[in-house]
Amino acid sequence: MKKIISTLCLLLLSNAAHAALNVFACEPEWAALTQELAGEQANIYTATGALQDPHRVEARPSLIAKARRADLVVCTGAELEMGWLPVVLRESGNADVQPGRAGYFEAASAVHMLEVPTHLDRGDGDVHAQGNPHIQTDARNFLPIASALAQKLMQRDPGNKAFYQQRLNAFEQKWRAALARWEQQAAPLKGVAIVVQHKGFPYLSDWLGLHEVAVLEPKPGMEPSAAWLAQVLDTLQQHPAKIVLRAAYQNERPSQWIAQHAHINAVELPFTVGGSDAAKDLYGLFDDTITRLLKGMQ
Amino acid sequence: MLRITGLCAAVLLCQSSHAANTESTFNPAFSLILSGTYASLQQDPATPATGFAMNPNPGHEQGFNIGESEMGISANIDPQFRGTATLALDPAGGVSVENAYVQSSSLGDGFNLKFGRFFSGLGYLNEQHAHAWDFVDQPLVYAALWENQLGEDGVQLKWLAPTDMFIELGGEMGKGRGFPGTDRAKNGSGAGVLFVHMGDDIGVEQSWRAGLSLHRTRAVARESTDVPDLSGNAVTNQFTGDSRTAGLDLVWKYAPHGNIKERYLKLQGEYFRRTENGDLAYDTAGVNVSDSYAVTQRGWYVQAVYQFMPRWRTALRYDSLDSGTASVGAANASNVIADYAFKPSRTTVMLDYSASEFSRIRVQLASDQSRQHLSDTQFFMQYIMSLGAHGAHSY
Repeated sequence: MKKIISTLCLLLLSNAAHAALNVFACEPEWAALTQELAGEQANIYTATGALQDPHRVEARPSLIAKARRADLVVCTGAELEMGWLPVVLRESGNADVQPGRAGYFEAASAVHMLEVPTHLDRGDGDVHAQGNPHIQTDARNFLPIASALAQKLMQRDPGNKAFYQQRLNAFEQKWRAALARWEQQAAPLKGVAIVVQHKGFPYLSDWLGLHEVAVLEPKPGMEPSAAWLAQVLDTLQQHPAKIVLRAAYQNERPSQWIAQHAHINAVELPFTVGGSDAAKDLYGLFDDTITRLLKGMQ
Repeated sequence: MLRITGLCAAVLLCQSSHAANTESTFNPAFSLILSGTYASLQQDPATPATGFAMNPNPGHEQGFNIGESEMGISANIDPQFRGTATLALDPAGGVSVENAYVQSSSLGDGFNLKFGRFFSGLGYLNEQHAHAWDFVDQPLVYAALWENQLGEDGVQLKWLAPTDMFIELGGEMGKGRGFPGTDRAKNGSGAGVLFVHMGDDIGVEQSWRAGLSLHRTRAVARESTDVPDLSGNAVTNQFTGDSRTAGLDLVWKYAPHGNIKERYLKLQGEYFRRTENGDLAYDTAGVNVSDSYAVTQRGWYVQAVYQFMPRWRTALRYDSLDSGTASVGAANASNVIADYAFKPSRTTVMLDYSASEFSRIRVQLASDQSRQHLSDTQFFMQYIMSLGAHGAHSY
């Protein structure tokens, strides 16, 4: 009897020691990063897919139920999720993951933001007060974010502090090597003129030295009209570009129209993990992004 | 000296503007909804649906009408509480408090507390603000049974189960000031609501939510004017008694790849059944005969909203009401109409265009058969514009 009880106790204890953190990741890139840092210590739920416009997500019942059980919410922040996350968190009845609480993590707070507007006016379209939120397109950003996220994981699961530290060290080493490789591969992209469909790539441009000459959306978040596209085409006569970029979740028509009329290549980038077959994890995301950019140059 | 004064003034200015900035960072989120409609109706909108003369008739406004502008203010009060107020600005002047409640999300364990004035969590459409409606108007069943929307002054407690599937239980206690209740001076609760909501995803493309709601209140001397009687006169009646309503709601949404920006389809339907049991005072201004009265009213709608390309949506809705057959006490058997033998219905089509998330322009056409022998073709145009902070929308 004693033996049974002690075995049960051991089982319970070992279970408790291995109780994984429930992580609610707003976007696939943060799910992938959490996976890198926490491995099997985390049960990760990804709230949005690579083929969904991250600005336009609904506060679905399933999201609220997942947030209810989360120990940690990992999101981009910078108002990217403002259309749905506040409702999800409020309705979840989970006090720990409310903004500002210990179970809430924003990746944007760990990096330097670009395109922070100097004045805010809805006439300028869907602009974010804290800057452009698409920070995941610059691979360099993952180093400070990984470090901050690992700190958060240690705080939420202090029992596995050494484990997270070790995973972070390993990630940083591997990521630095990958960065050097990507930057070398992407050297021919430096100074290349590009057109973007949505202002989704300032961080990518900043990293690889791409030169953005035009945007297909008349204002952020607004679909381009035929008249507007004709105007962009005019701009391209004076400032020729090599490629037109769009994210996997975006409608292909505007960039294909421009590609056809301006005789440039349309390139679809995965934008996040899962945005293409090759973008299976964070490494695949940037391998594929650079491969597609280089291919678009030909 | 002048230079020093100037310097001092500049320093002071700097300080004050700095102070103003820090103050403004604590200001609540402020939003304003501007909306207006143009309605072309063939029948008098004051005529209620046949069999529902003792129910509210929010109806429509004819011609150009700026409708109610809605002003919303919300902010965290402290780490425990969040406050929200929505004020409706009446075009004729005057302000009414639509919502004014405090919510606490820090109770933990899935509990959510709300108190103040709020839209009841019953049904699916009841909690949605007018600017989020998919049509110019509410379904007939909401108009007749809830005067478009049931607002409550009271307390709501919800609990979300720690399950993979969304299962939420909620209860409300309130004053019962809105129809079908009546505002009474009384301690304790004047109305109670219980609801359960369930929902989930089916893959990445589909999601659903289903709900069951129960509402109970009591009406005291609830007055209805212009009620037709068996002799063909229009009289004033008063009802005193219990009112119990049960409702079912179901919503299903589909979007290719789960991307609602491009295209989506939303199907929804709700059914309500209300039983009222008590006494009816017939013709209170005249003979004033009182006897027992009991009736069960029902109503339902189904609708589909389809966003066929970014920015453009179209929708179709079918409405139906059933006034039931009343059991009328012997004293009023020759006065009160027990069975109208008519089922009001309406078919509505809608098309809207949103230049951005903040603006919407809509046209709507309805074939209204809710009033016997008074068939009505109703045409509407509407704009809904949202300024300032734009809060997240619920499912």
